Amino acid sequence: MRYHEVIVVGGGLAGLRAAIAVNERNVSVAVLSKVHPLRSHTVAAQGGVNAPLGNHPRGHYDNWEKHAYDTIKGSDFLADQDAVIRMTREAAARILEMEHWGCPFSRTPEGKIAQRPFGGAGFPRTCYVADTTGHALLHTVYEQTVRFQQAAERKEMVLYPEWLITNLAVEGEECRGLVAMEMATGRLETFLAEAVIFATGGAGRLYGNSTNALINTGMGMAVPYWAGIPLKDMEFIQFHPTTLYGKNVLITEGARGEGGFLVNNKGERFLANYADSGKAMEVAPRDIISRNMTKEITEGRGFEGGYLHLDLRHLGREKILARLPGIREICLEFAGIDPIDEPIPVQPGQHYTMGGIDCTTECETRIKGFYAAGEAACVSVHGANRLGGNSLLETLVFGQIAGDRAAEYVQTKTQREQGKKALEETLARTEEKIKKTLNSTGKEHPSKIRDAMQDLMVKDVGIFRNGQGLKEASEGLRDLKERCRDIKINYKGRAWNQALVIALELEGSLDVAEAVVAGALAREESRGSHSRTDFSKRDDQNWLRHTLCFFTPEGPRLEYSEVRPGPFKIAERKY
Amino acid sequence: MGKITLDIERYDPDKKAQFFQSFQIPWEKRDMTVLEGLFYIQENMDDSLSFRTSCRSAVCGSCAMHINGQHRLACNTLFSVLKTNKVTIRPLAHLPVQKDLCVDMSPFWEKYEKTMPYLMPGSPPPEEERIQSEGQRAEIDVVIDCIQCACCYSSCPVTLTSKDYLGPAALLKIDRFLKDSRDEAKGKRLETADSPFGVWRCHNVYNCQRSCPKKLDPPRSIVNIKRGILGKELRP
Repeated sequence: MRYHEVIVVGGGLAGLRAAIAVNERNVSVAVLSKVHPLRSHTVAAQGGVNAPLGNHPRGHYDNWEKHAYDTIKGSDFLADQDAVIRMTREAAARILEMEHWGCPFSRTPEGKIAQRPFGGAGFPRTCYVADTTGHALLHTVYEQTVRFQQAAERKEMVLYPEWLITNLAVEGEECRGLVAMEMATGRLETFLAEAVIFATGGAGRLYGNSTNALINTGMGMAVPYWAGIPLKDMEFIQFHPTTLYGKNVLITEGARGEGGFLVNNKGERFLANYADSGKAMEVAPRDIISRNMTKEITEGRGFEGGYLHLDLRHLGREKILARLPGIREICLEFAGIDPIDEPIPVQPGQHYTMGGIDCTTECETRIKGFYAAGEAACVSVHGANRLGGNSLLETLVFGQIAGDRAAEYVQTKTQREQGKKALEETLARTEEKIKKTLNSTGKEHPSKIRDAMQDLMVKDVGIFRNGQGLKEASEGLRDLKERCRDIKINYKGRAWNQALVIALELEGSLDVAEAVVAGALAREESRGSHSRTDFSKRDDQNWLRHTLCFFTPEGPRLEYSEVRPGPFKIAERKY
Repeated sequence: MGKITLDIERYDPDKKAQFFQSFQIPWEKRDMTVLEGLFYIQENMDDSLSFRTSCRSAVCGSCAMHINGQHRLACNTLFSVLKTNKVTIRPLAHLPVQKDLCVDMSPFWEKYEKTMPYLMPGSPPPEEERIQSEGQRAEIDVVIDCIQCACCYSSCPVTLTSKDYLGPAALLKIDRFLKDSRDEAKGKRLETADSPFGVWRCHNVYNCQRSCPKKLDPPRSIVNIKRGILGKELRP
């Protein structure tokens, strides 16, 4: 049994920022991550991170209130206004901190942090590092964790890379720690802790056409869901308008922010033909553009196979090389296309999970000592649709808040190192389950069931949904859970047994997928990313509320909670 | 589209057995990647095959391995680019193998940590950002894109013969901060690089440069560091 005062699960931007906040208060901390922290999905974020710094010539009158309003309007008014205000008020401080820590932001002619326009934002407020902002931020924060580890004056900060968390140990209403598997050896270990922070990222890989890293299976949401914490607003799944056709590699919104055009097979900038995108055009919010692109494709104005063109040619060689070098590299390597000379074939693809582990503005959950932050959490600042550039911001702001609150909680706790027995019991149950999984003698490799789930989610729980399709999806998921009883794993060894990992995570993915479907089926309205063709209008009377989904062995159980209003008036969402 | 033969060097830690195994897989589509080939084997032929992967878009650095004579990322290596349907895959070299294509990266990370890989400014932060001109920022443009995949480390002959040699990635990291106008620990950094296991161990083989999937240039950084060291010594 290992003991650390705080355990952070997840080594992306939210997790590492949380760990630093904990350690800054001289509380010992361990970061457990399924991959080495630098392999976390944060690294793939491209376009930038929002803060109303006003460094752009057109951004002079920007401030946190305008950033808050844009975010709330972008959320289709489902975000909690106090949470959004908390985030936008902290934004500038967090970004400046990243600069002070060494993040190599692109610069303005005055030498300040450069900013670019992004969808749904009234001012150019997206700070960027060319088109590799996530990479730069993650490496910067990881560098700082090395500095913290090398500093002698504080309690320890320890990294456990390549550990998969399988279960939480909860006693009464208090979190005692967790059980995890070291993937290199397959060995299970118990981790006793005073507080646990989950920053495990999104659940993009519930879908086949996702931009997400393959590690984003939703397991990090399933573990607390099983332990009794509800998942909130899971039906809100963001589809990014521009992913590389066929491969779904992300092509940043920054490409449109820098002036790229979306074009159909007639050579038209078709966004002009739709009321909701006619004015903002390529920098309308993601949900709107993804819907209009889907309409173009289904109405026959796409290219053969179902894609559209993102045309950057008019930006010119120099601008593409300076501002979008990563995009050019992706196009060259994965599609054999040079965007300097040719348009990029793009299609919408799953990109972000707005919902997540239900928590307060202080990242607390209903289990004492258990906190959540980042994409895994639902505070909620994104409501029904997230604005580009707000996810990196969320990880930094709420990562720090989660770390602060967890450390404070530990420092005031009087009874320590409780719950060893609960942990041992959880370990025994997990060991049992792993043995059972390894000894299963059915027919299918678990990846086949995962693939079927991903196809089903794309087909019935995608950009457009309807009651019939969602019911079919719900039944389909139940069938897939049945099929899980009949899997087969040939390799019985424990070291790097990736079939075992897929099987363990698949159970989590299927339960989280059920939460998405249950929320979507119940929500009989269209709001933000959730578009019901059978309920095409927003319905504030009945649905201006958050979905809370609780795990039960029989299936998801739904409750609802009020959206916290604030200074901004709820209005029709027009751009 | 025909078949591809993958010869994979494998290691079973339970039996302590190292062996080559050959798999024939269908070449499903023109733009099929080596990573997709490995998944095909794992999911359809042999679920004991282990390899690392995460982003599948060449930014996370997980899937570096030795493919047909060169260290590369499996995710952005198309079979069509290899121009043959016989592909030999081995784990990253000069690092202990854990299982199949998964190696123990800790020696690589230890060297990364030795370089003090964080900004060391000389003064407390100002209220706003530190000013860095576009020209100063352009200086670091060529050194910030490293994804720490270890392709360079594993293709360097010196990391094989000298276990303490910092290696190309760590030296590039030193140069990243040397080149940053905001960093004021240049003396300390040059001292680290001037150790018996620093820049002078480099034999100018240039394998690191050839194998870098992000097209970075560690030899250039090594030369820059050497210049810094000599410049420092020449001054009184």
